[in-house]
Amino acid sequence: MLLIPCPWCGPRDEAEFHYGGQAHVAYPENPAALSDEEWARYLFFRDNPEGRFAERWNHTAGCRRWFNAVRNTATNEIEAREVIA
Amino acid sequence: MTSRRMAGWQGEPVRFRFDGRDYEGVRGDTLASALLANGVRTVAASPALGRPRGIYAAWTEEPNALVRYGVEPMAQATTLDLTEGLDATSLRGRGRLSEEPDTSRYDAVHAHCDVLVVGAGPAGLAAAAAAAGTGARVIIADDRPVAGGSLPDTAETVGGVPGDEWAATTLAELGGRPDVRVLSRTSVFGYYDDNYLVAVERRGADAYSRERVWRIRARQVVLATGAHERPIAFAGNDRPGVMLAGSARAYANRHGVLPGARAVVFTTNDSAYAAARDLAAAGVEIAAIVDTRDTAGHAQDGTEVLTGHVVTAVGGDEGVSSVTVSGAGHVDREIEADLLLVSGGWNPLVHLFSQAGGELRHDDATGSFVPGPVRQAVEVAGAARGVFTLAGCLEDGAAAGARAAEAAGFRMGDAFRIPETPAEEPAEPAAHLWLVEAADYATHFVDLQRDVTVADVMKATGAGLRSVEHVKRYTTAGTAHDQGKLSGVLTSAVVGHALGLPLADLGTTTFRAPYVPVGFSTLAGRDRGALHDPVRTTSLHEWHVAYGAPFENVGQWKRPWYYPRAGEDMEAAVLRECHAVRTSVGAMDASTLGKIDVQGPDAAEFLDRLYTNMMSTLKVGAIRYGVMCRPDGMVFDDGTVIRLADDRFLVTTTTGNAAAVLDWMEEWLQTEWPHLRVYCTSVTEHWATVALAGPGSRDVLAGLAPGLAVDAASFPFMTWRDTEVAGLAARVCRISFSGELAYEINVNAWDGLALWEAVMGTGTVTPYGTETMHVLRAEKGYPIVGQDTDGTVTPADLGMDWVVSKKKPDFIGKRSFARADTSRPDRKHLVGLLPADPGRLLPEGAHLVETGTLPEPPVPTLGHVTSSYRSAVLGSTFALALVSGGRDRMGEELYVPLGDELVPVTVTSHILYDPEGARRDG
Repeated sequence: MLLIPCPWCGPRDEAEFHYGGQAHVAYPENPAALSDEEWARYLFFRDNPEGRFAERWNHTAGCRRWFNAVRNTATNEIEAREVIA
Repeated sequence: MTSRRMAGWQGEPVRFRFDGRDYEGVRGDTLASALLANGVRTVAASPALGRPRGIYAAWTEEPNALVRYGVEPMAQATTLDLTEGLDATSLRGRGRLSEEPDTSRYDAVHAHCDVLVVGAGPAGLAAAAAAAGTGARVIIADDRPVAGGSLPDTAETVGGVPGDEWAATTLAELGGRPDVRVLSRTSVFGYYDDNYLVAVERRGADAYSRERVWRIRARQVVLATGAHERPIAFAGNDRPGVMLAGSARAYANRHGVLPGARAVVFTTNDSAYAAARDLAAAGVEIAAIVDTRDTAGHAQDGTEVLTGHVVTAVGGDEGVSSVTVSGAGHVDREIEADLLLVSGGWNPLVHLFSQAGGELRHDDATGSFVPGPVRQAVEVAGAARGVFTLAGCLEDGAAAGARAAEAAGFRMGDAFRIPETPAEEPAEPAAHLWLVEAADYATHFVDLQRDVTVADVMKATGAGLRSVEHVKRYTTAGTAHDQGKLSGVLTSAVVGHALGLPLADLGTTTFRAPYVPVGFSTLAGRDRGALHDPVRTTSLHEWHVAYGAPFENVGQWKRPWYYPRAGEDMEAAVLRECHAVRTSVGAMDASTLGKIDVQGPDAAEFLDRLYTNMMSTLKVGAIRYGVMCRPDGMVFDDGTVIRLADDRFLVTTTTGNAAAVLDWMEEWLQTEWPHLRVYCTSVTEHWATVALAGPGSRDVLAGLAPGLAVDAASFPFMTWRDTEVAGLAARVCRISFSGELAYEINVNAWDGLALWEAVMGTGTVTPYGTETMHVLRAEKGYPIVGQDTDGTVTPADLGMDWVVSKKKPDFIGKRSFARADTSRPDRKHLVGLLPADPGRLLPEGAHLVETGTLPEPPVPTLGHVTSSYRSAVLGSTFALALVSGGRDRMGEELYVPLGDELVPVTVTSHILYDPEGARRDG
């Protein structure tokens, strides 16, 4: 079980968190201006790298704040994290 | 039966039964040692081949001696404490679960420490003592009932006293320190990310909880897990009487038990010579030591050593009666013996290290695998990394413990003084022999527990398998509770032999948790029965119970399902309740609906983005129904939105989705729209809500709320009023989920029961449950999110285009409604179904097909039934269904395959009752 460094609460058990998938997939500025393919890319396409991966976590059983973290998917080491907004 | 207990061995007698016969052992025995003391040789029949099997080892690596006792379906006799009255049965064939429920208590403990030491042998004790001396918080866990690891097996001395005595003293000293926790009889069975380890503590039937699971987060870990002796594959190596040499030594030194009278020792290394010496001293006649090497170890004077020899056959049907040995240039000899002791060397016990993500490295000295690089904060000490001398283990452990404490931030403590140990003779290098070559490998076992032989492994490699992982799956070697303890390295080596590849290139199969078997009841702990999941009840719950309502589980909520009167079954009760609402008035506890208070200057803008329809135009005092979609355009939740003030709304959600909707709101606010000034608070449990529905509801409300103007003009549909109902402060919303004139009366949850009793006190109101609510809403074609939808359904699929704003530039899901996929003509639409036989109730989930005779499979399905009920008002059963192109099929006959039958149904609008909405105003 991962020990995840919440930027607000410190290191906590993975069980307290909800996983939010790939980070930095922003809601498009103007969805209506996008082609079907561009919109589908936003909806359905996510990276799945072996290695460093920026992803979103929500400390649901704690402070309930979302943050981003860079996790190495091969080793599960969390290398960096950032507060959203 | 002759006792095989050493003369003069002291012990309090303990009586037990095994396979229906009475025996006596002594306190401190395991079931296995007690059976051996009673001369019981055959303790099992192998699962696949039914061959007789005896006790093979002395601890967790035992493959054969599995027993059942009490509710325990499968335990190892070698680790089972002998207790007075123990009644165990051998496991012949497969295990089977007890018919009796397990009534024992199981607990869980969460713990943190600076240094966790696994194993209380010489290395582990030295590590724990060194770490504890720095002031670090230490947990030392050991799976044995007594400390010392192999010391009680080998009877070596430490610091001038017997090793077991030194170990007990050292552990007691550790246990006396305030920052050290000693866990005996505790097997660490799993090693997960970020130094999270899980252990099971076996406390026994007399303890408050029989077993406890320890979930430990450690800054640093020292693994001092020891080593397992390695078997050798030769013909008949599974016969009762074949035993690991070190295990036989353990039975003699730890339990005073002689596992046989006359032994042949078959070895590749020096350790078996020490075993032979101890067994000879205990009274076992050593017929010969068969050493595969050309140079003998240090045998006792008078013991015959046959160097350059191997065992080629084992005589005896039930158990060993003779051993045939062969050597180049020698005539084969058959030696009479009832015990054959085997040592193929020692495998460092790297299971936990491997689980931690550590890489294993092949080591020529041990002929096995030792720990290599690892990224987790873990040290390995002693035999677990191939250090096999006692002095070496003590030094190695002390150094590892000091390093771990330092890495955890502790320094300069009381130094741990390594105790003196007797000088050890330098060992001759071990030979690495895996199997004794033969023409036929049918009884060369590599995994006794799974009855896997060298022949089976060769069949696998013959079929083209080259990876040891594939061979494992093909043969099942190393599965079940063995988990590679005895069979792992041996199987890899035999694969290497078959393929002509070095063991180093093949590696081992992946070691996985649990290292030892752990009961499901142990893992479940207290999380069973009523404590498995929280139960939520409304403030009216006691009334529902008193009224005899069965309950429906909706998420964690208990909701009254229906209220049967004397002699009524569910069908009769629901038809009566439906009739009451459609013709008179009924009341339902609607308190479980999710309620979220949304406020802030940008609340209206926020709701416009979340809902498909416009919320910002809602006037204070008014209510609007709304639907939320995911960005992919699929319906996520629905409910009503009440505008309380310019900057304040109360949003209701479906009962089961309340938490998910709040999460959804917070996610968008935090991650995409942090500039919006909006605050969301769950207020579900602040309110009790009573739905009053039916043409008579206005009169009932008027009677209870004399201060409220209830006529349709003063209190129109989809508005709310703050007033007093039954003398209680209340908010009344005129909304309907049944199509009838209806109100939802909200009061403080504390006042819920008083309100409900006042409503019931009118004498004219019929209580109704969730089943009636479902029937009434389905008659009106109102979908239930999560029942009539499944995450692939758009508002348009539900016939609710009207809820999707055309004016708003964007909202979540809007762009997806312009995707080609969401306008496909064959999308599944929500429709109604009327069975040709009005008495026929379709099962929910049933599929629909186009033709009255089934074509050859695969049969194309048009969709499925999502809701199905008997309707009092329609005089028929009916159903809602999601049907491909359903809105273009009105009046069509479709078929529902049920068993051998094809049940005809007619497609109708999903709105089956009062499509004009004429009943809304009463």
